[in-house]
Amino acid sequence: MDRLKLFVPLIIFLVLAVVLYFGLGRDPRELPSALVDRPLPSFSLPSLREGAAVDESALRGKVRLLNVWGTWCVACRDEHPFLIELADRGIPIVGLNYKDDPRAARAWLQRLGDPYELVVVDADGRYGLELGVYGAPETYVVDADGVIRYRHVGVVDPAVWREHIEPVYRNWTARP
Amino acid sequence: MALVALWLIASAAAAEVEVRDFASASERERYRALIEELRCPQCQNQNLAASDAPIAQDLRAEVLRLLREGRSDGEIVDHLVARYGDFVRYRPAWQPSTYLLWIAPGLLLVIAGGVWLWVLRRQRRQGVELGAEQRAALDRLLDAERGDR
Repeated sequence: MDRLKLFVPLIIFLVLAVVLYFGLGRDPRELPSALVDRPLPSFSLPSLREGAAVDESALRGKVRLLNVWGTWCVACRDEHPFLIELADRGIPIVGLNYKDDPRAARAWLQRLGDPYELVVVDADGRYGLELGVYGAPETYVVDADGVIRYRHVGVVDPAVWREHIEPVYRNWTARP
Repeated sequence: MALVALWLIASAAAAEVEVRDFASASERERYRALIEELRCPQCQNQNLAASDAPIAQDLRAEVLRLLREGRSDGEIVDHLVARYGDFVRYRPAWQPSTYLLWIAPGLLLVIAGGVWLWVLRRQRRQGVELGAEQRAALDRLLDAERGDR
């Protein structure tokens, strides 16, 4: 019994070490979205191209990505070529032009290419507040019923797409 | 000296720079309390009052808008939690995922107190309990030692 007691500090140390080790591997910036598995908040916002008002029903009928971007956002520029690649592969992407100048946004798409099926303009960021956007770029997977199934904060690159977003996208696309 | 004082004042004013007109002192107080208690989602370890991130500015404006709509403090916090998650609370709610968080300090204190009492009691018992034989042996040893001197 007294012998065993000698090992108590060692055991405490090992338990702490394991807990802290797993804590190290977690990214504190990654917030779980409060909206996953909830319907996309309703909106009525102008489209970037035609200016006509669009609402959330535009995102029903098939699984889509909703990408939050702005011309002021440096990381969005990094992400842009890969979004074009995804669009070329036939992935439908809707853009949310967040707190931006619509003219600058149109010029950007003309210059760098346009991966979006549709871009809606959230000039004052009010819809971003409804979505819980806290930084661009953000990318959501929205299923055919308009329910948010995944959210990624930060740049979507081939690794993020393959490991996190594509599985969710395929999973919801495969459902009848 | 005056410069240092100026600098201190400037940094105490922190990030919350907007000029606001409040309808009443109580509205101002509630606004202050809310932005102290709510956390900026972008900047991790700052509250809305201390952060100058664009999202913190937006959320401060949102808090004020909701206040003016006549929502209660609880409703405003819930409104933001529904969109940004529990992360935005600096004071965690009492719910299953936080039971441990709230209970752990008290529990640890009780455990520590228990162990302390247990050790104390055991020491006391060991100090008192000497059998007759042990006592005789001890006397012999002490006598022998005195004899040596």
